[in-house]
Amino acid sequence: MSAATPWTVAGIQAALRAKKVSAREIATEFYADIDQQNPTLNAYLALSRERAFAQADRVDVATACGEKLGPLAGVPIAVKDVISTAGVRTTCGSKILETYVPPYDATAVLRLEKAGAVILGKTNCDEFAMGSSNENSAYGPVRNPMALDRVPGGSSGGSAAAVAAGLAVAALGTDTGGSIRQPGACCGIPALMPTYGRVSRYGLIAFASSLDRIGPFATNIADVAAIMSVIAGRDENDASSAPVPAPDYLSGLEQPVRGMGIGVPEEYFAEGIDREVKEKVLAGIALLEKLGCRRVSLKMPHTEYAIATYYIIATAEASSNLARYDGVRYGLRVPGATLIEMYRETRERGFGAEVKRRLMLGTYALSSGYYNAYYLRAQKVRALIARDFSEVFEKVDAIVTPTAPTPAFKLGEKTSDPLQMYLADIYTVTGSLAGIPGISVPCGATKQKLPIGMQILGPHFSEARLLQLARAFEKAGGFTV
Amino acid sequence: MTISREDVLRVAELAHLELTAEEAELYRGQLDEILNYIGKLQQLDVTNVQPMTQMAFANAVSGTPAGTAPRENDLDLRDDVLRPCNIADAVLDQAPDAAKPFFRVPKVIER
Repeated sequence: MSAATPWTVAGIQAALRAKKVSAREIATEFYADIDQQNPTLNAYLALSRERAFAQADRVDVATACGEKLGPLAGVPIAVKDVISTAGVRTTCGSKILETYVPPYDATAVLRLEKAGAVILGKTNCDEFAMGSSNENSAYGPVRNPMALDRVPGGSSGGSAAAVAAGLAVAALGTDTGGSIRQPGACCGIPALMPTYGRVSRYGLIAFASSLDRIGPFATNIADVAAIMSVIAGRDENDASSAPVPAPDYLSGLEQPVRGMGIGVPEEYFAEGIDREVKEKVLAGIALLEKLGCRRVSLKMPHTEYAIATYYIIATAEASSNLARYDGVRYGLRVPGATLIEMYRETRERGFGAEVKRRLMLGTYALSSGYYNAYYLRAQKVRALIARDFSEVFEKVDAIVTPTAPTPAFKLGEKTSDPLQMYLADIYTVTGSLAGIPGISVPCGATKQKLPIGMQILGPHFSEARLLQLARAFEKAGGFTV
Repeated sequence: MTISREDVLRVAELAHLELTAEEAELYRGQLDEILNYIGKLQQLDVTNVQPMTQMAFANAVSGTPAGTAPRENDLDLRDDVLRPCNIADAVLDQAPDAAKPFFRVPKVIER
């Protein structure tokens, strides 16, 4: 289908029911586009054609038999390569898992397929989801489809780029400190990080367990809501998934937002923000006011400590989670004379520079003599950041901020300065630490036509409200404000 | 705060990383810069603040503040019963060196 009328979830459902097209034809069309564009974009690391066509055929048989179709029947979806897919290579963007083929599916993937979705393949990402530009992938960077000399953001850069380029209708990403929202902003598409525990993480290969979440990218809010309605909810295979019933996120989408209180924290518009980003996000907030939202100026005093807190907690958890890559059970093994030598050689050869840097930082923060000064203190500051949010949510329904301080930067621009790269997540790590949901929605572009993202944060389990605000914003033309 | 080359090598050993000399020097400088930035956390007074050790979603719903420990009845625990899974072969198929039903590793115990 031409770029002017891209496929949507609802469009595919209608076309399948009217027998205008088959699921196999749709999948074929997407693979043709991927074959053409992926050599440039590098958004996909693996294509699961066999599995995709088998699934498409199941949908087509069901259609032919007049059976009721699932809510995502025939919808082509891409999956970030940190999420397990049975029989389809899953590398986490790392050399250490170059040959790894999971023996089971992540729950989120199973639920998508059960709803009729067609999984096209696995998308590129920063190694073990550690990065903000996708340049830490062992399989090369992804190019931003909106500006080929720029990064797509990260770590779910391949998922964002695939959807933005029309190489999937939607994609799953993961967000630990901004890895769904920031690439969504960089590539100009909606991207949702659900509440901690809202979506099962069974089959997600862990980076930082108190922060990791799975969530969707799509080109419009209704599609984000459709995916969420399928993947959200309790899973007995993930003890950290919440025993909270998941609503149908589509049903309340068109409700008016008049009267909602929108908090605007001054710390998110201070020093370090790009001028055009600030202008556009303020214009976005003005549009929400025009729709009847009540704007409330706020102070969230612990915001400036969020990056420091995040980089202790996330790296400490990573140093524990990534201890499993030792050459024994899966992935790469580099032989050594002793067991320890084998571990060390395997990890030295298998991990890239950013992963090693974070493992070093996390190990240091947890090591004897430093635990109290770093890790324990970071957990206390995390409580203060979470408290900032719970206090503010007594006064407002949602908080609106920029998603990232700048638009997508140039490939190579920040690779030599890790701290500068970490600061790309300055507006997203706060919500990650607090466990709350956040959505990034497109909010116009710079003069150079680089997309800008606006972030809407809400209290725990307020995804329906965030989607409602995002939908009102979309309908009012906010995406191109 | 300054991190020495010895610190870097000690941490690398704890993390089971075998760093080259160049990597050790690169990480020394970068970790130093990052730790200096992280040092800003020392400015905050955290007396009487309870560390946030739980992502307690159940509490978030029941209205108690995030970060407080979950109560027993908030937890949705499954019954402690065995469920057959029969995945040993599938798991061992992924091993770099398996001698079913074992993973094979270099000799650990000398006698």
